[in-house]
Amino acid sequence: MVGIVIVSHSNKAAQGIKELSIQMIQSPVQVIDAGGMVDGDIGTDANRIKDAIEKADDGDGVVVLVDLGSAIMSTEMAIEFLDREQRERVVIADGPILEGAIAASLQASIGGTLVQVKGAAEECREVSKL
Amino acid sequence: MTRDQLLKVIEEITIVIEENKVHLTDLDQAIGDGDHGINLNRGFRAVKEKLESLRDKDCGTILKTAAMSLISTVGGASGPLYGTAFMKAGAVVAGKEYISVEDSIKMFDEAIQGIIARGKASRGDKTMLDVLVPAFEAWKVAFEEGESTEKASEKMLGAAYQGLEYTKTIIAKKGRANYLGERSIGHQDPGATSSCIILKTIVDVMAKGE
Repeated sequence: MVGIVIVSHSNKAAQGIKELSIQMIQSPVQVIDAGGMVDGDIGTDANRIKDAIEKADDGDGVVVLVDLGSAIMSTEMAIEFLDREQRERVVIADGPILEGAIAASLQASIGGTLVQVKGAAEECREVSKL
Repeated sequence: MTRDQLLKVIEEITIVIEENKVHLTDLDQAIGDGDHGINLNRGFRAVKEKLESLRDKDCGTILKTAAMSLISTVGGASGPLYGTAFMKAGAVVAGKEYISVEDSIKMFDEAIQGIIARGKASRGDKTMLDVLVPAFEAWKVAFEEGESTEKASEKMLGAAYQGLEYTKTIIAKKGRANYLGERSIGHQDPGATSSCIILKTIVDVMAKGE
């Protein structure tokens, strides 16, 4: 099953988004939060993100949702730190972190492929709220 | 530059970044999220803690260890950016205990290429590249023209500070400052400022020749 990693500058935001994402799903999708720094400060940490990706990956790959700025750079760096073989099945979704995480988790829970899960997160860019 | 000088450079950078913490943060508050000085200071303090264990290591290991500390502790965009720069520069001198002029040119070039690839920025975007690229070019050209290290350093710093001034005149295209558009004009870029500070520190340590 495809795993999900949530990368936010805020530990609380990443945890909260994870909470909302797993609320809707029954099957055991790995949704791992990687928010903030080790000491709880605001920021992103490539090593923390790498650990989260490794935890989320059962062999089917991982879709990473990011907030902004250094979250993207730190995630790209985390992916470079992975083994070559694992690196191939980890992707960053270009979509909103909250809605994207919910949609991606749902898609993963029904057995979606890496491409489908990433697509579900990215489709959220087009969803109008009002 | 010897290994001991490299360690001295890194140690001096931690001191100078600490001294400039408020200045860098003030610059970042004007056009960013206001944490550049705090973040870099936290990062280089973590690097400093590692220095003692690096006294007998090669230049590549020293720089790579510093890079990993920055990546894990800075938190903001400057973490992956400076982390990548230190890592790329370190790869050039892996296993070496002395950095030659040729090495320094290659390290500077690799560091800049790493920053470009990581940040997907180019010169003129109001980033550290507006300092680093002209500084590198001045450094390289000076040696091609047969200048002394002293003269090359002077030209390199001259180009760096000119680049820093230039960041005041342009619109930010990257990072949080990007949201400000034209309102970013008139402000000096914080990342370009910290890059200048780091280059000046390297030159100062080399000039002392300790």
